[in-house]
Amino acid sequence: MIRINCPYCGERDHSEFSYGGDATINYPSLDASEKEWTEAIFFRKNIKGFQFETWHHSNGCRMWLVVERSTVTHEIKSVKPCHPDLQKVVENNK
Amino acid sequence: MKTRRIDNYGKINRDKILSFRWDKKNYKGFEGDTLASALLANNIGIVGRSFKYHRPRGIFSSGVEESGALVTIGSKDRRDPNVRATTQELYNGLEAFGQNAFPNVNFDLAGINNYLGRFFAAGFYYKTFMGIPPLEWGKGTAIWMFFEKFIRKAAGMGSASGLPDPDTYEHAHDFCDLIVVGSGPAGVAAAIEAAEKKLDVILVEQDSLIGGNQLAENDFDNSQIKNQLENLGIKIMTRTTAFGLYDNCVVGLLERVTDHISAPNVNIPRQRFWTIRAKHIIVGAGAIERHIAFNNNDIPGVMTVNASKHYLNRYGVLTGKRIVIATNNDSVYETAHQLSEAGANVTVLDSRTNFEIETNKSFEIRKGYVPYNINGSKKIDSLDISKSETINKSETINCDQVLLSGGWSPAVHLLSHRGVKPKWDYNNACFLPSDTKENITMVGSSRGLWNKNDCIASGIAGTTDALNRLGISKTNYFFPKPGGWKNPIQPLYEVKYKKSRSKSFVDYQHDVTTDDVRLAHREGFISVEHLKRYTTLGMANDQGKMGNIIGLSLMAELLNKEIPEVGTTVFRPPYTPVSIGALSGRNVGKHFRPLRVTPMHQWNIDHGAKMIEVGLYQRPWYYPKENETLSDSYIREASTVRKTVGICDVTSLGKIAIQGSDSTEFLNRIYSNGFSKLQVGKARYGIMLRDDGIVMDDGTSWRLAENEYFMTTSTGEAAKVMSWLEELLQTRWTDLNVNVTSVSEQWAGVSVAGPKSREVLNNCVDDYLVITNNNLPFMGVTSTFLKGNIPCRIARISFSGELAFEVYVKSDFANTMMDLLWANAKKYDGCLYGLEALGALRVEKGHVTAAELDGRVTIDDAGLSKMASTKKSYIGSAMRKRGVLKNNDREILVGFFPTNLKETFNAGTIVCEKNNIKGQGIGRITSVTYSPELGHWIGLGFVKGGLDKWKDTNLVGADPVRNKQMNLKVVSPHMIDPKGERMYA
Ligand SMILES: [Zn+2]
Repeated sequence: MIRINCPYCGERDHSEFSYGGDATINYPSLDASEKEWTEAIFFRKNIKGFQFETWHHSNGCRMWLVVERSTVTHEIKSVKPCHPDLQKVVENNK
Repeated sequence: MKTRRIDNYGKINRDKILSFRWDKKNYKGFEGDTLASALLANNIGIVGRSFKYHRPRGIFSSGVEESGALVTIGSKDRRDPNVRATTQELYNGLEAFGQNAFPNVNFDLAGINNYLGRFFAAGFYYKTFMGIPPLEWGKGTAIWMFFEKFIRKAAGMGSASGLPDPDTYEHAHDFCDLIVVGSGPAGVAAAIEAAEKKLDVILVEQDSLIGGNQLAENDFDNSQIKNQLENLGIKIMTRTTAFGLYDNCVVGLLERVTDHISAPNVNIPRQRFWTIRAKHIIVGAGAIERHIAFNNNDIPGVMTVNASKHYLNRYGVLTGKRIVIATNNDSVYETAHQLSEAGANVTVLDSRTNFEIETNKSFEIRKGYVPYNINGSKKIDSLDISKSETINKSETINCDQVLLSGGWSPAVHLLSHRGVKPKWDYNNACFLPSDTKENITMVGSSRGLWNKNDCIASGIAGTTDALNRLGISKTNYFFPKPGGWKNPIQPLYEVKYKKSRSKSFVDYQHDVTTDDVRLAHREGFISVEHLKRYTTLGMANDQGKMGNIIGLSLMAELLNKEIPEVGTTVFRPPYTPVSIGALSGRNVGKHFRPLRVTPMHQWNIDHGAKMIEVGLYQRPWYYPKENETLSDSYIREASTVRKTVGICDVTSLGKIAIQGSDSTEFLNRIYSNGFSKLQVGKARYGIMLRDDGIVMDDGTSWRLAENEYFMTTSTGEAAKVMSWLEELLQTRWTDLNVNVTSVSEQWAGVSVAGPKSREVLNNCVDDYLVITNNNLPFMGVTSTFLKGNIPCRIARISFSGELAFEVYVKSDFANTMMDLLWANAKKYDGCLYGLEALGALRVEKGHVTAAELDGRVTIDDAGLSKMASTKKSYIGSAMRKRGVLKNNDREILVGFFPTNLKETFNAGTIVCEKNNIKGQGIGRITSVTYSPELGHWIGLGFVKGGLDKWKDTNLVGADPVRNKQMNLKVVSPHMIDPKGERMYA
């Protein structure tokens, strides 16, 4: 079982979370072209090793998190809030 | 019958006699016995029949590796098949049965299979049931299918009761710094060292007693160790198996709480399924003694050497009188000595010629000898032995027992669960655990240490390793080197005697012989993973704990390779079988999944509602009067709504509070239609698309104040929409000042629909002026009070197409609201209506729900193009016209009538052109209902090209599942009041 150290709740089972997806996508503006959106939505790297991905603490604090996880070993290097302002708050409180 | 129990041996409680039944006969044993030890004490040699050949089988071991003594315990709904007699503790009244035999294990008619062996060799199933040419096609296959059921019945193990399980099971959770698996000398040393260093320790032992293999020593007493562990605050869990290791030091345990008790307290669970989250894991799971393959090595009376030591010193049972021990290593000599001291006549055949061993000469040692054939069928009569260099008969020894030791395999299973491949150790002829970066340390004989002092030292080193890895200490440590015998082991897996066709077993439990392995090799199955699946070697419920290495060595020999080059199969959880009951725990029956009810759930039931599941929710389905059927009831309810008024619980809709200065901008981005100009006090129906342009959900949003909205979603998508809004606000649009809060549980909602709905509400609100047509026009919203000073929100929203209101109060007021509304609705001959009538009303109006919005439908497909704004960009706007989504042969929402209005049809019907009834047709029907207003069946669904293309064409509805076909015509989905005049009334 993957255990994720939520910055708000502490270390919890992955069954409390929902998997989001690739956390590195920069979604285009709403009026961007079909081509830009196609690339943002459908094209993904199939990474072997560490990747940044979003997880939603859906059965916990409801925060969306960026998790740096190895796709090979499930080792987790870092967990941060997705929201940049909250990232700063968490950093400052360390 | 003579007992094999001997005085002055064993740790059983001879003062406490237990009665038990074996194959319908009464026997006696003692407290502390296992079923296996009690059977052996009662001189019962045959305890089962083998899987394919129905050969008599006895007890091979004294533990979890048992591959012969699989029995059925209990009867009726408590029948538990394939239980290892070697680990089943005896209790008073225990009832056990032999398996896979008719009429019984002593005389089994299917024993004939033994002589049909060549038909049952490896790959038998694959070759037979795939059909044998020329019968592999047409009716020929049916013949094989006919025989298959008899053949499958003949091969097998115990069978399940087929009845509901009367026992309860529990899931439990715990946390600790260190979990130690195994209570042998290594595990105990590790646990003590850790507890002394202030770690929080759990010690897990699958046996009922702690001690590990020390329990086979005649002078071992575990009480002092137990006290010491308890005084250190170590949590000891006996009768508990660590069946699997998972990511992040999570360990799965199965605790057998009552399997050893004759009349368990019904209030305690039979088994507990534990999830332990540890910071470090130490595995001291021991090692398992291997047998040796040679002809007839499965005759009852064959056993591992260590098992006989257990039976002697733990249970006081001398398993044979004239015993031959065959070995290739030093581990057997202490046992040989003890067996002969206990009164047996012992001969040791050691395959090695050159070695030194100290003995008191109470037994004979034949250096350089091996066994090659057992004579006997239901019991051992004699053993043919040979010099080990070339196998030729040199002598036959009369004996009643043959004990085998082909070396020891460290129990590396748990480490293997983590994907760590073991490495072959030539010196000790076994796989040893490799190192891992994870916080797991192997200790004791599971890392290949054969003597006790080394095991203890490794336990202490293991804990030091744990402390270092946890950052608590930085202490140097070293593990003793694998091994520990005075003389090296000599590899011996098979004694091959070419002049005989007798069977030589590798895997007892699945009847896999050395010939099967050779056959698999001849037929090209040379990878170990293929070998395993083709021969089923190691695939029985013992998972090849005794036989796997023998199979690998044979394959290595055939390929002219070394064992490490052949590799080993991966062990996967569980280490020993886990019952389905334990996996499900309390999540059975009504507790299979969570139940959601609305705050007026009981009110609905009290007023005659029949309920239906919608996702997790229980919703009113229909409210039958007297003898009404579902269909009578919903037709009456729907008609009443159209005629007067009806009340429907709509609480299960998702409800989200949206607050903050950017709320309007936020809604304008997520809905496809415009929200920027929605006035305070108005609601709007909206559609949300996914990023890829497909419809995600629909619902309404009510503007309660400048910066505050109340959003409703469909019942099914409520959770998804909530997560989606949070994702957008936390990851994409982090500059927006918006808060979203789920308030689904906080508000109880009801729909009051029908021409008389306003009159009903007039009597229910404090001030009827707030709901006049002027003050609350269509899609108007107001916050007001119901009589009795109950705050409420009312919106003029219609799903039925009639004049209608949605009324929401705080959940606590749900029953009061229902009483109030229902008392007044009755005055107008109103009704309560459920989901079925709601469905009929909305199908008549052509309103889509989850049945239509199935994740494949675009806004244009749903006929809602008007809802797609052209004046703004929104989620999905760039993608909704992409590629295939703009094809003009998309399936478009339409209504369906049967051509013959007396006919009915079903959802799921495939719509086809008249002369082309095949495949996926040109469309499908998604929802159907009887329309009380129209007086016949109607449907909603999709057809390629939509209404314009098929308006006047006769189409066919094909329903192959129900073997039905009817003529259809396509109509507008808005089948009643297409201009929507009623709801503006
Ligand atoms: Zn959290």
